[in-house]
Amino acid sequence: MNQSRRHFLKFAGLTAVGLCAGASGVLASSGGGSPVKPNKETLHATQWAMVIDTRKLNTDEAIAPLAAACHALHNVPDVPNKQNVKWLWSASMEEAFPDFPNKYQSPEVEHRRVMLLCNHCENPPCVRVCPTKATFKRPDGIVTMDYHRCIGCRYCMAGCPFGARSFNFGEPREHLDLTKLNKEYPTRMRGVVEKCTFCVERLEVGKLPACVEASNGAVHFGDLSDENSPARKALRENYTIRRKPSLGTEPSVYYII
Amino acid sequence: MLERALKGSPRYYGWLALLLVIIAGCGTAYIYQLVNGLKITGMSRDVSWGFYIAQFTYLVGLAASGVMIVLPYYFHHYKKFKHMVIFGEFMAIGAVVMCLGFIVVDIGQPQRMLNVLLHPTPNSILFWDMVVLNGYLLLNIVAGWVSLETDRLRLPHPSWLKPVVYVSIIWAFSIHTVTAFLYQGLPGRHYWLTAILAARFLASAFCSGPAILMLVMLITERVTTFKMPKDGIKTLAKIITYAMCVNIFFFLLEVFTAFYSNIPGHMHSIAYLFVGAHGHTELVPWMWTFAILAVASLALLVPPQLRDNHKLLPFSLAILVVATWIDKGLGLLIGGFNPNPFEQISPYWPTGPELMVSLMVYATGALVVTILFKIATDVKAEMGVAQKLPCGCSSEDGCKCAGEAEAA
Repeated sequence: MNQSRRHFLKFAGLTAVGLCAGASGVLASSGGGSPVKPNKETLHATQWAMVIDTRKLNTDEAIAPLAAACHALHNVPDVPNKQNVKWLWSASMEEAFPDFPNKYQSPEVEHRRVMLLCNHCENPPCVRVCPTKATFKRPDGIVTMDYHRCIGCRYCMAGCPFGARSFNFGEPREHLDLTKLNKEYPTRMRGVVEKCTFCVERLEVGKLPACVEASNGAVHFGDLSDENSPARKALRENYTIRRKPSLGTEPSVYYII
Repeated sequence: MLERALKGSPRYYGWLALLLVIIAGCGTAYIYQLVNGLKITGMSRDVSWGFYIAQFTYLVGLAASGVMIVLPYYFHHYKKFKHMVIFGEFMAIGAVVMCLGFIVVDIGQPQRMLNVLLHPTPNSILFWDMVVLNGYLLLNIVAGWVSLETDRLRLPHPSWLKPVVYVSIIWAFSIHTVTAFLYQGLPGRHYWLTAILAARFLASAFCSGPAILMLVMLITERVTTFKMPKDGIKTLAKIITYAMCVNIFFFLLEVFTAFYSNIPGHMHSIAYLFVGAHGHTELVPWMWTFAILAVASLALLVPPQLRDNHKLLPFSLAILVVATWIDKGLGLLIGGFNPNPFEQISPYWPTGPELMVSLMVYATGALVVTILFKIATDVKAEMGVAQKLPCGCSSEDGCKCAGEAEAA
């Protein structure tokens, strides 16, 4: 290659690198000092947890209003096939607790319907496998999503042993009633994963998760590290189990049997 | 050297044109997917990876396979592979291109793909898979291209090339190990949650990959003057046979562990694949086809008189490729997701558009491999090495007719 051309290319390359570095420097410096003020109402915790009373909440009819409240609040699309999106749903005991088969248990327990949602594990496998940190664990133990970061690789769905994650295979807004949209909460786009977030946006303003509010006391919610929290009280006073404890993910959703 | 890809027979151009037509035609299916999203696939909430990722997994094996030629040549100085090495390296390039293609078409938001680089996440195996795949691609491009170019110029290989090749040999094992780790470390997926999965992946790669490579090279022999040495074919067939034996042995280890322990979770996936579960038997005929073809391929490859029969060998290899493809390109993935986390069965089958997009990626790989093999065979012809002699031997064979050819 001609010497002067080689020099020119070297110079052009270095200049481009320099310009990029300069631009990122400018961008980085503009981000200093967050304009967001902390909300005094915000509920704080070290590890949020939910205790679900399956004695009270044990039929599809009982669980449906909770799912409806959650899905309406978060604009969860109602996709009518296997590619559906679910944040909170109802399942049989056998589906929820496949590790606890018992041939001759009480029919009442056996036929209970169980409310399922993301378990907000203390060791979330979905966070471990995500290649872009689009799914992450907050300091308060809630496992949540950055829908704008998600590349839609669905590794978290393979990683989650609770089937708690949904993927927007198609355009989710096609399956929303746009007249009943909750304008306080964003809709999602096609090609990203979504899930229950323990209503972080409600905790932020001092409200309990929507399903807890709609449950008439059948769902207790609180901080696991606070022994006076409603969750700890419910755990202290009742026999509870968790889904697939042998996997070591430490789910933060407990079920009173 | 690239200009050699531009000068060829009408048949060569016809083949390239056919591949381009397939890429363009099936590319419309990919555009359809980009417009409508992955809802055009058969994937679901439960089976969230499908045909694309299964093909990616299978093709990583093809990418790793070249090492079965490169390793004996560089580590054991097995001279018969001297002129076959370049084809292993070039095949690896084509295979990695297909692997990356299958990942790209599988992603829900492909325009955000660079997030994997912008937000590197070392705790995700997918990040490491990206690193090892791209690294392997680069290593093979450098090693393959530089060695071919210096051969063409009749110069000795540069001294830095050997370390690069050594690294690429170790690296080949890493690409399949890391790809196995994608599956192996997931809680609650019993069919994948086994320490032997990476070993199974390597065994399967080292039989199916060289088998595909050998079939492609046999086709290359038909359409060019290139000819593999007879002993080279013999040795590679032996390597394939050993790897297939190990592959089947490892699979049987899984079956023993699951069924002797009698743990339901470990048995369910295998039972679903081979006898069906909850009334779902979608994969049963496929898995028995796998079992029968696997045994048949071993029956045709283990006895030396059958293995060394060059008329029979292509069929034995084709049977082996189909068997391993069903096991790894179909059963592994669907069986891993089923039973799902609720111990239920969610049947999955690829849709038409999904198969078309896959064909697009396969055709792209074939295009890359064709062009690279064209360049390699042209250089071999120019050098007068590994050429077909009138008696059907290779010029590397030391056949009797080698002398005659020179005399003539």
